[in-house]
Parts: sequence; structure tokens; C-alpha cells
Amino acid sequence: MSTDRPSGSEEARLTPSQTIGPFFAYALTPRAYGGAELATGAMAGDGVPGERIRVAGVVLDGDGAVVTDAMLEFWQADAQGRFHATGNAGFTGFGRVETTTEGGYSIETIRPGALPGSDGAMQAPHLTVSVFARGVLTRLMTRIYFSDEPANQTDPVLALVPAERRDTLIARRGEDGVFRLDIRLQGAGETVFFEA
Amino acid sequence: MSLIYPRESAAIHPANASPEYKSTLKRAPSQPLVMLPHSLSETTGPVFGHADVSELDSDLTRRHEGEPIGERIIVTGRVLDEDGRPVPKTLVEIWQANSTGRYVHVRDQHPAPLDPNFTGAGRALTDSDGRYRFVTIKPGAYPWGNHHNAWRPAHIHFSLFGPSFLSRVITQMYFPGDPLFRYDPIFQSITDENARARLVSRFDIEATEPQWALAYQFDIVLRGRNATPTEEPHEH
Ligand SMILES: [Fe+3]
Repeated sequence: MSTDRPSGSEEARLTPSQTIGPFFAYALTPRAYGGAELATGAMAGDGVPGERIRVAGVVLDGDGAVVTDAMLEFWQADAQGRFHATGNAGFTGFGRVETTTEGGYSIETIRPGALPGSDGAMQAPHLTVSVFARGVLTRLMTRIYFSDEPANQTDPVLALVPAERRDTLIARRGEDGVFRLDIRLQGAGETVFFEA
Repeated sequence: MSLIYPRESAAIHPANASPEYKSTLKRAPSQPLVMLPHSLSETTGPVFGHADVSELDSDLTRRHEGEPIGERIIVTGRVLDEDGRPVPKTLVEIWQANSTGRYVHVRDQHPAPLDPNFTGAGRALTDSDGRYRFVTIKPGAYPWGNHHNAWRPAHIHFSLFGPSFLSRVITQMYFPGDPLFRYDPIFQSITDENARARLVSRFDIEATEPQWALAYQFDIVLRGRNATPTEEPHEH
């Protein structure tokens, strides 16, 4: 008659989300306050294999005003499409930045590899992104793809996105080599956000 | 261990379009969210360890020369998944205002004193039983510009990772019986009364330490449940 479920554990109800608020930086991105940072926008150490890339943009609100109090987190596979998590070999795949006083963000990392999707079809290389900000009560989830990847054509997630909105997920490589993608929380050109 | 992530339970999270909270007006997406199947990109996530968190990081009262002003408190709790199983060795980050309701953040304009002995940021890793423990100062309520006479109920901001990108959550812990709850559009953005109540910590006489500090208990449940339903042991 015994079960090996832990006691009192049949159903636990989820803890609801709340906004990160405007004043997180001294705890979560504390460089300017002299604190030790768990993660930054420098996502890959020198020895990590893969093509070095920079991804940058601006976070904008429904009026086109820059969002200066957002925190972005990035999660990605390595160049072979594998996830590491623990940071062995100088690469965790995790990055975290606050937006600047101009609303900007920038990360330096390696280009991720393709990896299998939920149904086995290969997913094009992408970054998974969380957006937290004052005025955002529940974390917004999005992705960043790369404009020079032919595999975007067959990516199973991009295929779920209305064709006219796909560009909001695809960073374009500029002449300086930097991939650029702005994140628009609302309005014209609104970034595609996911429910996962 | 692999987890599955039910979608229905996530419906308790507040809608980003919550107009009483004015900052949402220009920041809530107006287009519908696109349903994302769960692949390795979502079911994996960063893992932090003892290299990232020191013992002192969980005691916010011992970071400076002197002791901070205010009511010393202990905040403890467990981090669990949707099956009620403990989430061990997961990172918990907190931040808060000082006892006067003032944040160290450079953009906080509330004309209440900073405390040279209090920063208000902490980190902890849960133990093998999913438990965490912080020592801090009870934060003060603070005014904000959302509406006439707007004051946030006293709260501590919590940030958790859990096992994957899907379990990631940022929330706020409140204190029991706060008269400001009914006026606070951030707290009220959670429309389900029971879900709101889960953000209110419980006074904990057991963990309260004599002659030293009151304790509050705050358990946190993250997304995810065990993929393989536990089999009832058979008796032969
Ligand atoms: Fe706050």
C-alpha cells in the first residue's frame, strides 16, 4: 500500500510570476555596483570551439521608446548543437544582460549548431531568449535565428509563425559582421513571443 | 530524471496586459503568443553550483562593517516541482528595499534614507531537500508613481531557475496581513485568489530564533513534473 511518492506531494500549485521591477540591477547584473556577476553577455571563453559572433539590438516599447530597464537572458547549444549547462570547457550556453541607458543589448558568443526539435525534425541554429522588465508581469519568451542560415527554411518552429512575422525572429548580419535584431514588445513589427 | 511541463498550470501567471499596472500599457504584446513545442532548447537550462554562491551570500545582514537598521528576519522555504518533489541545488536570487523602503539602485528616487550597512541582494542554493534560507532585514513599503497614493506592499523579489528554461521564474514574496494588498495592481494582476495567496509568506514560529529574529516561510513551486508516473509497488 505504500508509494514512493514523497509525503504530501500529490499536487503542488505553481508559484505565480511577478514583474522584475525597475531595480534589479544591483542584484542580477551588478557590475556597476561592484558585485560578482553570475553571467554576462560574454558567453563563450577564448578556448570554446565555434564561430565567434556578436548579436546586438535595442528593446522598444509600443511607442517605439527604448526600454532601459529590461533584463535579457540567453540560452543556447554549442557549435555541435549540444547543451552543456554546467559550464565545463568554459561554456554554459547561458548569458544575462541588462539593457543600457539607450535600451541596447549586446552579447558575444559562438554560433550555435542545429539540433533536433520536439518531433525529431532539425531546428535551425537559434538562441532562446527570456525578456524581463518593469511592466512585464510574466517573462516573455522568444528566439533569435540568423539571417544567413539556409536551415531557417525548414525550421519547425519558424514554420509555426505567420510568414509575415518571421522576420521579427531573424537577426540580420550587418557589414560590420554583427547580427542585429531589435525586440519590440508591442505594436508595429512586434516581436513574436511564445507560449511554452 | 526527465520532466514534463504541463501547460495548463501556467495559466495562473498574470496577464501581461494588466492595465491597472500602468507600465504594462506599452509593454504588453498585443499579438497572440505562438505555441512553442518543447524541445531541448526549452527542457534544458543552466546549472549553477557552489562556485557561484558563497555561504555569506545568503546573509544580507553581514555584508558591511556594521549591522543594518531594521527588523532582522529569517526567510526559509522549499523549492518544489509540480509533483511536490524537492528541487535540489537550484539557484535562488533575491533583492529588496531596505527597512525604510529604499533600494540601493541608482534610479530609486524615494526620499528615504539609504543604509550604509545594507545592500539588499542575496543568493542561495537549495539543499538536497530543496530548502533555502536567507537572513535579512524586513523591507519597508515604498511609494511609486502608478496612481494617486500608490504604495507597494513590502516584498522581496525572488528569481529562480529550476531544471530548465521552462521552469525559470521571477516573482515577489509578500508578508502576511499587509493592508496594501488590495490597492496594489502588481499583486492583484494575479486574478486567482488562491494563486495570489501563494505569494504571501507565512509567519513561522518554529524557525523563529529567540532573542534574535522572526522567521517567515515561503515555499516556491516551479513548472515541471516527473515524466514517468510513479508505479505503485506491487505486492506479490
Ligand atoms: Fe520592488
